[in-house]
Amino acid sequence: MLYAQILVNGLILGGLYACIAVGFSLVWGVLNVINILHGSFVVLGSYVAYFAYVHLGIHPFLSIVLSGALLFALGYVIQAGLINRVIAAPVLTTLVLTFGLELLLNNAVLVAFSADYRAVQLANPMGSQIIGGIVFPMERVMATLLALALTGLLYLMLAKSKIGRSIVAVRMDPEAAALMGVKVKRIYAVTFGVGALMAGAAGSLLSVVFPISPLNSTEFLGIAFVVCVLGGLGSIAGAMVGGLALGVIESFGALLIGPQHGLTIAFSLLILLLIVRPTGIMGRRGYE
Amino acid sequence: MNKGQTMHRVAVALTLIAVALIAALPALSDNYLLRLGTMGAMYAILALSWNIIGGFAGYPSFSTAAFFGLGAYSGAILQGAGLPMPLAWVAAGLIAMAFATLLGLAILHLKGHYFAIASLVVAEVLLEITTSWTSLTGGGMGLNLPIIRISIDAQARLFFWSMLAIAVMALGMNYWVSRHRLGFGLMCIRQNEDAASMVGINTTLYKVTAFALSAVLVGAAGALYASWVFYIEPPDVFATLTSVKPIVMAMLGGAGTVLGPAIGAVLFLAMEELVWRNLLQIHAAALGLLIVALIFFLPGGLLGLVTGKRKRRVVAKKGETTSNSAVKGGAA
Amino acid sequence: MSPILELTNVTQRFGGLTAVDDVTLSVMPGEVVGLIGPNGAGKTTLVNVITGVYRGTGTIVFDGQRIEALKPYQISRLGVARTYQVVQPFPEMTALENVMAPATFAHAGVSLTTAREKAAEALDFVGLGAEKDKRASSLTLAGRKRLELAKSLAMEPKVLLLDEVNAGLNPAEIDVAVDLIRRIAARGVTIIIIEHLMKVVMNLCTRIVVLHHGAKIAEGAPDTVTSDPAVIEAYLGNRYAKRAAERAAAAAGGAHG
Repeated sequence: MLYAQILVNGLILGGLYACIAVGFSLVWGVLNVINILHGSFVVLGSYVAYFAYVHLGIHPFLSIVLSGALLFALGYVIQAGLINRVIAAPVLTTLVLTFGLELLLNNAVLVAFSADYRAVQLANPMGSQIIGGIVFPMERVMATLLALALTGLLYLMLAKSKIGRSIVAVRMDPEAAALMGVKVKRIYAVTFGVGALMAGAAGSLLSVVFPISPLNSTEFLGIAFVVCVLGGLGSIAGAMVGGLALGVIESFGALLIGPQHGLTIAFSLLILLLIVRPTGIMGRRGYE
Repeated sequence: MNKGQTMHRVAVALTLIAVALIAALPALSDNYLLRLGTMGAMYAILALSWNIIGGFAGYPSFSTAAFFGLGAYSGAILQGAGLPMPLAWVAAGLIAMAFATLLGLAILHLKGHYFAIASLVVAEVLLEITTSWTSLTGGGMGLNLPIIRISIDAQARLFFWSMLAIAVMALGMNYWVSRHRLGFGLMCIRQNEDAASMVGINTTLYKVTAFALSAVLVGAAGALYASWVFYIEPPDVFATLTSVKPIVMAMLGGAGTVLGPAIGAVLFLAMEELVWRNLLQIHAAALGLLIVALIFFLPGGLLGLVTGKRKRRVVAKKGETTSNSAVKGGAA
Repeated sequence: MSPILELTNVTQRFGGLTAVDDVTLSVMPGEVVGLIGPNGAGKTTLVNVITGVYRGTGTIVFDGQRIEALKPYQISRLGVARTYQVVQPFPEMTALENVMAPATFAHAGVSLTTAREKAAEALDFVGLGAEKDKRASSLTLAGRKRLELAKSLAMEPKVLLLDEVNAGLNPAEIDVAVDLIRRIAARGVTIIIIEHLMKVVMNLCTRIVVLHHGAKIAEGAPDTVTSDPAVIEAYLGNRYAKRAAERAAAAAGGAHG
């Protein structure tokens, strides 16, 4: 029963991880940019949820709309105004640029909100349900279900909508897409915006699970990295599988070696995978 | 050609004079300046070392912190076990180099972002191992180094000159690589690795050699740093910023050039002292702003500003007198 | 005389696709062998197998030595050079530096000074001497193709594999290139050339090898190969082949009667 409980815990955590990583994966896959800002985007989403709840009384599960919209705008502006200008430069340039932007943004968040941990204290918590001897903390379960639903929505958007098809086309061959009349730079900005949107929405959902602080951004970024490498870059399904896998691995790892080493296990796994199988567990490419 | 040789001689002479002047810094007997000088030399070692793998070979390595921390802990542990200080520094350099060789064999087949991430995560894993392995490293409590029985002033001079000596070695290493077939081969790898392999370059050997060279002096500098500050702890010597700062310095001065990273290191230190010490609350943001400005306004670094202009002029002149130069070429 | 290059039962598979299918081929020193076949016949893949980019099955002997397990840089150092269908210069280097690279690394113990001299010589040979200080990326397509040739020459190869060196060139440029290849062959370099233009193949080659679906379907002197029904079928499809065969039969019959 203990193992079943740990498995459930891992899956609940993993759904949230998938949601954190999917936007990061999208940006990496389509733009070939590693967005070091991603962790701070998640943190910003959590702050939006916190203030929306404290001042406006909006439940974090509803404020994903708000945080998603705000983060989309922020991401769009950053890509259109800054990163697009060096998108053709070597990998190191965009990597260092987003790192510089991360230093700026994270410092700004730190000055604005301080490093103190905050938590959303829900007025009507849903509590826990025990089904078949396994405890289901309902807020977390809801957050995870919403996270998976959002990821599914993103999948549908890429597969069905016009803008989604453009994103897929740009990912496969930017030059061919440009010839077919796709405004590639605009699609880059939209993609980066969508990546930020997913981060922001994930941040909102996380606000009911984890305490909020600017110091968390590095951990979220690390999770996004590991999930992408685990699941393989460039597919929504990969991010899902990678996220759930990481959640389960971390839960069982915490049991075996101790909870403080969760991320270490993840990172060691990451290096091992990079060495042995850089294309990830799924090993497929393309958003199809 | 002659003009180029003259330029080269002038550059070498100016560098030697600058090194001699810096070496005379203790004459001012200002311990604050001496501390800055030691920091500057250390930054130069990190930036010049990164330049071998990142600048010449074009591999975006974020392993500097791993090599630095490994060197610091190796040196500290060996000194604690009774090895004389200078020998501990040498041993730390060699340990870092051996580690880089093995790591390079494992991850240098990765390209672009994948290599960057793998190299970045290595420092995180070492940090965790160091923190957990309390019996050897003191864990999160950190590690104290043996006290040296000479005066504070003499210590300051000793560490300054030692750090400077390693910095000069780093500069010499860059100079040697740039004029040797290794540097030429790395440049080919940076521009087109498949083609480099087709023209007969053993790309694996060259990349691993570059990675090992980019580690050896960083490891020694880490050990020297540990001796200098007497006390180290994991988050201090394995900090991610230790991997990022050298890249910024090299880009500031001009990555892939010999002098650029050294110049960048000095400028970076000056900015760090002047700007960030006064704006403690937002020093990270100031660094971020510097990075963003650097990428948009100075993409080739300071030296790129000079040589870039020169190249453009040469090309323009060639374009005007193609027929002339053909005749000259035939005569020569 | 023994062959300089000998392939025995070489096969290369990618998943379910057999790109090179059991090819056996031997090339004598000094030959100019044309490698032809429809698009996707596996010509470039075969070159990639010979140069060590892919590792297939079967044996490859070069100059008396097994090379099928060697790495690309080792094979090129032994004396097998190649050009690419899509030219692969070092874009930020000058033409001279581009050619210096193979001159430096193809043989052990070459100093940069010697390499520079060799490179200048190779550039003069291909007619790029005047443009040696230009950046490779600023050369015309024809110029970059000649740069590729100079790069492979600077390796002082025994065998040179040319992959569509004439693609994208205009007729005047092609004439220059063909003349250049002939001069390279005259130096005693064995050449294997992948080419779509039959005029060039008929002009240059002493022997032609035809690949279809990865397998060798014909080889021989240019005239015999181009009238081989199997080759015509591979190129033009079944219907045309039948018609050509009928026409040949009719012509033979007419001659007899």
